Amino acid sequence: MMQSAERSGIFQLAGNADGEALVFSQPLSFWGGVDAETGEIIDHSHPGLGQNVAGRILVMPSGRGSSSSSSVLAEAIRRGTAPAGILMERPDPILAVGAIVAEFLYEIRMPLVVCEIAGIVSGDRIAIGTGADGRAIIRG
Amino acid sequence: MTLELTAEDQSMLDGEQGPSSAAAMRILVAFSNAIDAGSLLDISGAHIDGCLYHGKAGLDFVERLVEGGGRVQVPTTLNVGSFDLIHPGMVKMPAAEEVPARRLMKAHLELGCQATFTCAPYQTRFRPEFGQQIAWGESNAIVFANSVIGARTNRYGDFIDLCCAMTGRAPAWGLHLSENRRGRILFELDVPDLEPSDSLFVGVGLIIGQASGDRIPVISGLPRPRDEDQLKALGAAAATTGAVALFHAIRITPEASTLDEAFHGHAPEETIRITRADVDHALARLSMVPDGALLAAVSLGTPHFSHEEWMRLLPLLREAAPGRGIPIYVNTGRATLTRLQEEGMLTGMEAFGLIPVADTCTYVTSILERLDGVVMTNSGKWAHYAPGNIGVTVAFADMKDCIRSAAVGHVVRGAS
Repeated sequence: MMQSAERSGIFQLAGNADGEALVFSQPLSFWGGVDAETGEIIDHSHPGLGQNVAGRILVMPSGRGSSSSSSVLAEAIRRGTAPAGILMERPDPILAVGAIVAEFLYEIRMPLVVCEIAGIVSGDRIAIGTGADGRAIIRG
Repeated sequence: MTLELTAEDQSMLDGEQGPSSAAAMRILVAFSNAIDAGSLLDISGAHIDGCLYHGKAGLDFVERLVEGGGRVQVPTTLNVGSFDLIHPGMVKMPAAEEVPARRLMKAHLELGCQATFTCAPYQTRFRPEFGQQIAWGESNAIVFANSVIGARTNRYGDFIDLCCAMTGRAPAWGLHLSENRRGRILFELDVPDLEPSDSLFVGVGLIIGQASGDRIPVISGLPRPRDEDQLKALGAAAATTGAVALFHAIRITPEASTLDEAFHGHAPEETIRITRADVDHALARLSMVPDGALLAAVSLGTPHFSHEEWMRLLPLLREAAPGRGIPIYVNTGRATLTRLQEEGMLTGMEAFGLIPVADTCTYVTSILERLDGVVMTNSGKWAHYAPGNIGVTVAFADMKDCIRSAAVGHVVRGAS
């Protein structure tokens, strides 16, 4: 059994979520990397090829690639094929824009958190919540 | 860094200037925080790459800004859309896709954007001037504005270009700031008996795009270009094989009168020599077939053909007089097309197979009648993207060879 751990982070977009962690050591570009219709990873150069991000807590070092990823993420959030939340070590302007636009349009909050990701492994049950100070609290 | 907002920025954010400004400012603030910008700055213009329909979220966003009574705050041009609104019927698309795609173009006009629908806004009356701060989308336009004009923009895209236009503001970071415009990597062109041929500029662009990564490239030894269209082709190619947003060419581009100026007095982090063989190799990779292959069509004008390019094409057409019915598509801005029509330049040209295309581009939508043969192009960008986008086989050549090939019905290049 894994010991339950708590860590704090900074929200790029605040919200609550929980789900199973899907952890990658390589950044994933949503544009050309994720099929917004299904949530499936379609980037042939990415180790996650064939896995599905829908409803998972996606954990990776950073975002990557074209600004078109904003649109793909927003479209995936609209369709319900996006991750439940995303944890990254570094802030990503492109994913932040996609998440904020989706919240503005559809009132769906997919929390985007900058935090330490070491120690999280795929399959961990992760819960993202909001602390009294507005910081993110990640339990898993 | 904490983002400092002016009273005007805060007023927009607080909704005092309507819900659309508030939404745009909120997104801009989040973006600025993510890139760690300390403040926003005024822009004098914007170019929006938002008119190609990629899904409902993109259209919903623009519709919400329209519903909120939003208007762009600075002169704002539009990139290509999925349709040629000047030539109805040219683009074939199922009705279910056509309705939202047309609406997307129209909704942008309702925000006060200009109906330019061109990837070459620098060929319109909205061309920026040296030193102006702008927020542009579309990779070839970005690299042209920064490099050839010396205006200042980062690589903006999805939603953010429009948020800048709606607020008249952009984050003060990256290429907006002088210190970030210095060259980092030097490309020494080492090609004897250098002639400023069109394909040389394309080849150099392909190479610097591939090798620069996120470092700003500086080119020395480049021959003086015949016109700015050759620099347009170089930049478009560099932004195709890489993410180049700014290049300097010594004694040619406005921030590089000397090596010292281009590198801001620093030494290059790396120096790469480009030989004739390197250029030939980069160009050869753009062609999927050998000379002699049967030709289905020619596509010119990616980025959009300038008036000067038309003035070079039309005599070639008259001279070669292609009469085999092979279509010669030429993508161009609607303002350029109107000018040519007013000048009577296009009269009778359809007999040679000429088909002008405005508002869109032959590789982003379904225009080409035949996709089963070879399409020739003089564009490094088109040659790179068209096989993936629309499934054609491509041969790259100078414009003159493209027209000669249309006349004989198969690919001929150089002295062949």
